[in-house]
Amino acid sequence: MSEMLYQRDIYGKTLVELGKKNKDIVVLDADLSGSTRTKIFAAEFPERFFNFGVAEQNMMASSAGFASCGKTVFVSTFAIFATGRAWDQVRNTVSYSNFNVKIVATHAGLTVGPDGASHQALEDIALMRVIPNMKIIVPCDGPQTRDAITAAANTPGPFYVRLGRAKVPTLEKKEEFKFGKAEVLAEGKDVTIIACGVMVNEALAAIKSLAAKKIKAGLLNMHTIRPFDSEAVISAARSSKALVVCEEHSVIGGLASAVDEVIAENSPVKALRLGVRNRFGQSGEPPELLKEYQLTAADIEKTVLKII
Amino acid sequence: MPDNEKEIRELENKARQIRRLIIQMLAKAGSGHPGGSLSSADLLTALYFKVLRHNPQDPKWPQRDRFHMSKGHCCPLWYAVLAESGYFPKEKLLTLRQLGSILQGHPDRRTPGVEVASGSLGQGLSVALGMSLSARLDKLDYRVYCLMGDGETQEGNIWEAAMACSHYKCDNLCAILDYNGFQIDGKTCEIMELEPLAAKWQAFGWKTIEINGHDMKEIIGAYAEAKKIKGKPAIIIARTTKGKGVSFMENVCDFHGRAPTEEEAKIALKELE
Repeated sequence: MSEMLYQRDIYGKTLVELGKKNKDIVVLDADLSGSTRTKIFAAEFPERFFNFGVAEQNMMASSAGFASCGKTVFVSTFAIFATGRAWDQVRNTVSYSNFNVKIVATHAGLTVGPDGASHQALEDIALMRVIPNMKIIVPCDGPQTRDAITAAANTPGPFYVRLGRAKVPTLEKKEEFKFGKAEVLAEGKDVTIIACGVMVNEALAAIKSLAAKKIKAGLLNMHTIRPFDSEAVISAARSSKALVVCEEHSVIGGLASAVDEVIAENSPVKALRLGVRNRFGQSGEPPELLKEYQLTAADIEKTVLKII
Repeated sequence: MPDNEKEIRELENKARQIRRLIIQMLAKAGSGHPGGSLSSADLLTALYFKVLRHNPQDPKWPQRDRFHMSKGHCCPLWYAVLAESGYFPKEKLLTLRQLGSILQGHPDRRTPGVEVASGSLGQGLSVALGMSLSARLDKLDYRVYCLMGDGETQEGNIWEAAMACSHYKCDNLCAILDYNGFQIDGKTCEIMELEPLAAKWQAFGWKTIEINGHDMKEIIGAYAEAKKIKGKPAIIIARTTKGKGVSFMENVCDFHGRAPTEEEAKIALKELE
């Protein structure tokens, strides 16, 4: 059994690590520091932590003011509020000016669980992906969260890092994290699965089950959504018979759209999308929700069998 | 004439020159916002030529006072003041709103002297808050000024920021509210009443200073008073006239967002001689 970690715990700890080295790091939160774990940074560096109360728009626009004075600003709240409530502030005041603002949002996707639809961001990647300058990382587990946060801190410009609420298993990795480069977790001629976030683990389980049926499925962990590793996608499209794209997000505007855009222009191949289709989320435990929205390893396997 | 009287006359002349530049730029551009640019011209002239600690030859000087224009549509005024201060050559003013120009239709960081882009209303006070708290972190004594329009205080974001500036006791921050009483669709009191405006800011924990925004003596006095306030942010609520200085633009809503024609510009420039 692999280790189970909260990505947000890793986030909080990584912030402290980075904060020790870089005195220009400041952290902003909007009354959710316990949930996002920015409180770990706040305890260590109280003078560099600012709680904005329940006011995400003010927090986001203020981050631009800090950044204009040379600060590297980490801004945290739940994904739905960071990308939805404060979208105009992100677009016009943060990203337009290309500031060093790192939006690290937790509680993304269905696996928020019992809080239900109002808190389950299924559009956040789409909302961030359309904004120029914005870079996006969706890490799949605890260790990759540390890599993502470190890359965001050390790469100039605005970032959106998408984290979940629930504990996630630590995957056995073959490659080192490279920002902007897809991680090849498996190669297979029959089909290539492209996944991000919690869906990477589901896809790994699906691959094992497919292997038992003599079906060779490849797997790309597409942790960086922007800049997008088009080469890896084109190469997968050329070397396998079909693609299956999996994400804990709407099938519109997120990873699947990014893949479709690339293959349509370069190397058309059939690509099926596993994501949420024209539905809001609802209350339930994370495993129940993944099942209800057909995002389990079994659903991936079924889709692969359908396409090849 | 006593020295301060002389200084006042000089600032008034400077403001008239700034207003002329605004008219010339807008007439050349063929679009833009004269009304609010003219109403806050005296406030910004006094700030840049008397109050602000800055060095146009070194726009990134860490100790510089910060200025942010929250009502970004009034950037013709800002550009005129920046050019007059020496941030870039005055000839550039006539490229306003043209493709590739350093002077975009709303403020953008490609303009020397512009710290943060603006244009979407209601966000500037938050930007100023971030600058103010950065000064505290860096132990620098620079001050932060933020010019807001009256109409944009209808945005909720402004009041989130108002609450936070007060919570964090930002006494290095001075907001300036250009209270000309008009917004695009008409009078603020008819579109969305702002009154009691000073009482609102006081209730949010701010020191309010109410002045006539076209009286140089009062303007300079207000900046000096704001600087002395400790433990809370200050806001100068300046009563102004939209389109101030050009008879046919004064209190005419149409000139919120319409540039003068060539003919109108000629008359306006004559009035501003």
